[in-house]
Amino acid sequence: MASVSTASTSHSSPAPDPAIDPAALQSLRQQVQRALSNVLPDSALLVAREDLRPYECDGLTAYRQLPMLAVLPRTVNEVQQIMRQADQLGAKVVARGSGTGLSGGATPLEDGILMSLAKFSQIVSVDQAARTAVVQPGVRNLKISEEVAPLGLYYAPDPSSQIACSIGGNVAENSGGVHCLKYGLTVHNILKIEVVTADGQAVTIGSDALDSPGYDLLALMTGSEGMLGITTEVTVKLTPKPQLARVVMASFDDVEKAGEAVAAVIGAGIIPAGLEMMDKLAIHAVEDFVHAGYDMNAAAILLCESDGTPEEVAEEVAKMEAVMRAAGATACRVSKDEAERLKFWSGRKAAFPAVGRISADYICIDGSIPRGALAFVLRRTDELSAKYGLRCANVFHAGDGNLHPLILFDANKPGDLEKTEAFCAELLELCIEVGGTITGEHGVGIEKINQMCSQFSDSEREMFFAVKRAFDPKMLLNPGKAIPSLHRCAEYGRMRVSGGQLPHPDIPRF
Amino acid sequence: MPDSFISSVQERVRDAQAHARPLVIRGGNTKAFYGGARAPTDEVDMRAYSGIIDYQPRELVLTVKAGTPIHEIDAALDAQGQMLAFEPPQYDLGATIGGVIASGLSGPRRAYVGAVRDFVLGTRIINGKGEDLRFGGRVIKNVAGYDVSRLMAGAMGTLGILIDVSLKVLPKPVSEVTLRFAFDQAQALQKFNEWAGQPIPLSGTAWQDGVAHVRLSGTQAGVTTAVQRLGGEQIDAETARKFWTSMRDQQHACFGGSHTLWRLSVPATTPPITVAGAGAPLIEWGGALRWLRGPLDAAALRAQIAALGGHVTIMRRGDGGADAAYPVFHPLEGKLAELNRNLKLAFDPANILNRGRLDNF
Ligand SMILES: Cc1cc2nc3c(=O)[nH]c(=O)nc-3n(C[C@H](O)[C@H](O)[C@H](O)COP(=O)(O)OP(=O)(O)OC[C@H]3O[C@@H](n4cnc5c(N)ncnc54)[C@H](O)[C@@H]3O)c2cc1C
Repeated sequence: MASVSTASTSHSSPAPDPAIDPAALQSLRQQVQRALSNVLPDSALLVAREDLRPYECDGLTAYRQLPMLAVLPRTVNEVQQIMRQADQLGAKVVARGSGTGLSGGATPLEDGILMSLAKFSQIVSVDQAARTAVVQPGVRNLKISEEVAPLGLYYAPDPSSQIACSIGGNVAENSGGVHCLKYGLTVHNILKIEVVTADGQAVTIGSDALDSPGYDLLALMTGSEGMLGITTEVTVKLTPKPQLARVVMASFDDVEKAGEAVAAVIGAGIIPAGLEMMDKLAIHAVEDFVHAGYDMNAAAILLCESDGTPEEVAEEVAKMEAVMRAAGATACRVSKDEAERLKFWSGRKAAFPAVGRISADYICIDGSIPRGALAFVLRRTDELSAKYGLRCANVFHAGDGNLHPLILFDANKPGDLEKTEAFCAELLELCIEVGGTITGEHGVGIEKINQMCSQFSDSEREMFFAVKRAFDPKMLLNPGKAIPSLHRCAEYGRMRVSGGQLPHPDIPRF
Repeated sequence: MPDSFISSVQERVRDAQAHARPLVIRGGNTKAFYGGARAPTDEVDMRAYSGIIDYQPRELVLTVKAGTPIHEIDAALDAQGQMLAFEPPQYDLGATIGGVIASGLSGPRRAYVGAVRDFVLGTRIINGKGEDLRFGGRVIKNVAGYDVSRLMAGAMGTLGILIDVSLKVLPKPVSEVTLRFAFDQAQALQKFNEWAGQPIPLSGTAWQDGVAHVRLSGTQAGVTTAVQRLGGEQIDAETARKFWTSMRDQQHACFGGSHTLWRLSVPATTPPITVAGAGAPLIEWGGALRWLRGPLDAAALRAQIAALGGHVTIMRRGDGGADAAYPVFHPLEGKLAELNRNLKLAFDPANILNRGRLDNF
């Protein structure tokens, strides 16, 4: 659960970690501090509790943990030195970009070093002819597009958090955005990364050419949640800015009809630049907040974008409108100009904060499913919402089948967080059962680690560990995240079948 | 449910592992010429495992058994107005999808829509321990666990036997036009890169002997506008189709001859490359791919191209060339070599799968 929470209650991670002996921890801290103070300036090494506080959680604020200490390296050499010391002392290291991650990937470990890449904030170079930019990992996603805008270029993956999230974090999570149906995810938009491995060596993965010899380590590193290496530089591809973009906003009186319309658009051979859906609760929360001009009577709206030359857009928008109407849209509006287009999107982009206004806390789920199962899963989500007595707003990347139900709760209300966790777990299991996955873009982190037991077999998870060991034999980089141990899964299995029955025995197959 | 083909393959892999005896994975054998030397040994013939498992045009997802001939897949997609956008080389009718994924080779569209790996959504594999494993899935976005599926693209079967694969497919473009231009090499490279930086629906570029071919694909309106903008001479659809197929399958006249065929993968903006003993290259992918034929000095060529930020593969060895002793793939060094070796051993500890096909593995 990604929760943007105002709750002061803090939960330890859901990992059943063996307790760490305080004396051993204290001695490790001293050793590591001594070793690091030899290789880092004082300003790059944080040990005081109040200095560590800003790092105690990422966007998954329900889980908080102070790190053993924190480092803020400025150079690749410093990153290497830190990793060498960590390797020698057997100390764990958790990398952190901007801390907007929603699955606890950057949640610190009590006995781990927290490495912030925030000081790596330079755009190193831009090559207009090659359409590439070389950037440090701490550079914010949106800054790249801003920098290259005068060249008629931009960096295509645009997570809603793009004003804040770092490119290093994007690589670690394989982040997407509203435009990735047409333009791809992070993995499709990077060429090369510089990495420091767990033993402190620097290695180049990928190249400025379109392929490289050896296994496709670039694909493997993308989405590996900081567990295979520290990214110290990224070469991104830049995309020519389309001349024009227009968005069709279609209203539906029924969520399932909207789900069908999504499938119909794709079925008509159209790949929209973006295809997003919002349900009634989300529409109302947003409309009260940003006044985007949404249809308050609709049960759901779809935002469907076309981009390209004016001629292309005209041709595609006409097709989109026809498909929407045939699918039962009760109203269709096409943005007249750029200002109106941005207004239509402003609601979608502000959906999370808007929901934050109507609920003390919320948790965002990230399951991804075959589009054909959309209508069914949405109906089921409604039923679960009633079952747990928790409101749920749906805003999501419909074109990719990537759901983002936001479950509304109040962490200060006893039992609410537990109910929310159970709701999330059931929804994620549902995603697996319809042939989908527990996470489309936010990562597993600590949040969804239990459901990894359902999605993968013992030998598949062991294979993941084998991959991890190939890069990090001592298991020092972000250990305990993303891939659950056999032991953990055995525990989870016992918990799940405790009712004597697996959830959703009645699910149809898609 | 247990499939007898799959369990028999698992059995054979376990047996091979126990005896440390290599296994060769065989699809259509259309790419037998590609990759390092392998000693004659037992074969796992994947052609016995063929057919489409699931194809939902509205999902843009195809799941198919690894031994399925690519022409069968093309026919099924074509009937729904869709395609494999990475345009895999087929060489001849026998090519299977397993071989396409394993070799990681992509065709003319690669520079503009992506490579094989960009379209892999999920795989089922049997690793070198005989374990039956699934990674990724049938959805467009999926970040659960490491992306082992994409890792299979280009691994030449050395990490696992591909059993089935799920791929993202795309609608065929409504409109497609090929233009021809009289350009010298430097001019072609400059234009290809300039156009790629503009919103022009490029889907293929090639240059040879003073002639550039440029393919545009997209909406009717988008292509028409681009044609007006670029100029050049429009060639008829049938000639164009034949031309791009011959590029894709490397059957164009300029791929012919008895000398070694060298594949140079370089940054697209690399200026014309002059190689001692070779003529002007054939250029594809907007400049990122350059082909040479000739009895060249592999070590010198590799050093020259590496200095430009690229790498060299021996695509086809010529008759009795001096390169016979050189590895097919650009050798890796240092930590990168170590990571590759570690990964290989993680998947196939006894090094039995396609031993030698990636030179060292
Ligand atoms: C309001 C909101 C909206 C969001 N919308 C989207 C969205 O639309 N799409 C989407 O995909 N995500 C979205 N996210 C999630 C989040 O922004 C992304 O996952 C983002 O990529 C995280 O970047 P970060 O720099 O904040 O990384 P962090 O949270 O700091 O870290 C994330 C992970 O990356 C690792 N990491 C960070 N930097 C490095 C490095 N240099 N080397 C190695 N590992 C590293 C960390 O260890 C951790 O595992 C949203 C989050 C919020 C709060």
